[in-house]
Amino acid sequence: MILQNMGKKIESNLKNMILSLALISLAASAALGMVYNLTKGPIEQASKAKEVSAITEVLPKFDNDPTASSKTTDGLTLYTGSQADQPVGTAIKTFTEKGFSGRFSLMVGFMPDGTIHNISVLDQKETPGLGAKMKEDKFKNQFVGKNPGAFKLLVKKDGGDVDAITAATISSRAYCDAVQKAYDLWKAQLTDGSSNTSAADSLKGVNQ
Amino acid sequence: MSNLKFFTNGLIKENPTFVLVLGTCPTLAVTTAAMNGLGMGAATTFVLVFSNVLIAMLKNFIPDKVRIAAFIVVIATFVTIVDLVMKAFTPDLYKTLGIFIPLIVVNCIILGRAEAFAQKNKVFPALLDGLGMGLGFTLAITLLASVRELLGNGSVFDISLVSENAKTILIFILPPGAFITYGYMIAVVNRLKAKYNL
Repeated sequence: MILQNMGKKIESNLKNMILSLALISLAASAALGMVYNLTKGPIEQASKAKEVSAITEVLPKFDNDPTASSKTTDGLTLYTGSQADQPVGTAIKTFTEKGFSGRFSLMVGFMPDGTIHNISVLDQKETPGLGAKMKEDKFKNQFVGKNPGAFKLLVKKDGGDVDAITAATISSRAYCDAVQKAYDLWKAQLTDGSSNTSAADSLKGVNQ
Repeated sequence: MSNLKFFTNGLIKENPTFVLVLGTCPTLAVTTAAMNGLGMGAATTFVLVFSNVLIAMLKNFIPDKVRIAAFIVVIATFVTIVDLVMKAFTPDLYKTLGIFIPLIVVNCIILGRAEAFAQKNKVFPALLDGLGMGLGFTLAITLLASVRELLGNGSVFDISLVSENAKTILIFILPPGAFITYGYMIAVVNRLKAKYNL
């Protein structure tokens, strides 16, 4: 078909138009199907690798596969890390819709007693140089080692204990919102008693 | 040698960003950091080169009345390929560029070159045109992004050039800064073009 018409443009009649568009769409879908199959594996791996590296960053050393036993409630995902079958902490993937540029998500690691071990920013679209500074240690370190039971997760302007990022109060508030959500879930799963029972028992005193 | 001018055309004389002022949406939106500009430019160049080549190859097979629809299918295919490949191999960059990768489909540089150049020319000139226009776009937005990143964040390509507590001119990485920088850069390019008769 292409060869026959080399050199002169084919006419715009109905048959040609339908044929041409149909063939182009067919070739396009075939190409996309192929690329989709080729990239499916790497895309999954990339997102899993990112999850695992974030969990590793926010939890103490563990030797199980936390992604194998994850639980999702209300969009928050809970991963339990354990070392030699002893729970060492819980990582919670949390999010907020209140960011300056909408939704962003964090991975928050809790020790069995509820203190924050570490926080890692998973993905964010906040303004570079302003809200994006929440990725830096300077802001994050004020949460490390704090127990949200006693450390009020609000910026100082709102009567809390968090030093907001200069000129990025909205991002700081959103960050606190996400951490608070994670803490609420962490507390809820303690009372559930479905997982981490031993840790939960030993800690009832701390959180009351 | 005459083919060379198809390539250089897009770099300065008809630079899509500074002279034709096409594709301004990604130009203004993603140029907050030099790396984003480079990534966006590379993705656009890929789509531009392949869609130009394919459209030049198929030009006699596409009836005039449905050409725009056919071009869009071709362009959308390449954009989706870029989208999937970036998601698989450069997940971080993909996250930052976000919605602007799928939006390459409606970038007027690409449809503009298909309509104004590729469908009237042979495959090789179309390839050179796509490459020239793509590199011109990449160069322009990387430059724009570097200026904005330098003034607004004190760094270029994430390499910090000022001390940690230095005050930077934040407005340059906010949306108004994009318009300000873009405006001044168009003025400078026009001045240089007039002076050196490019």
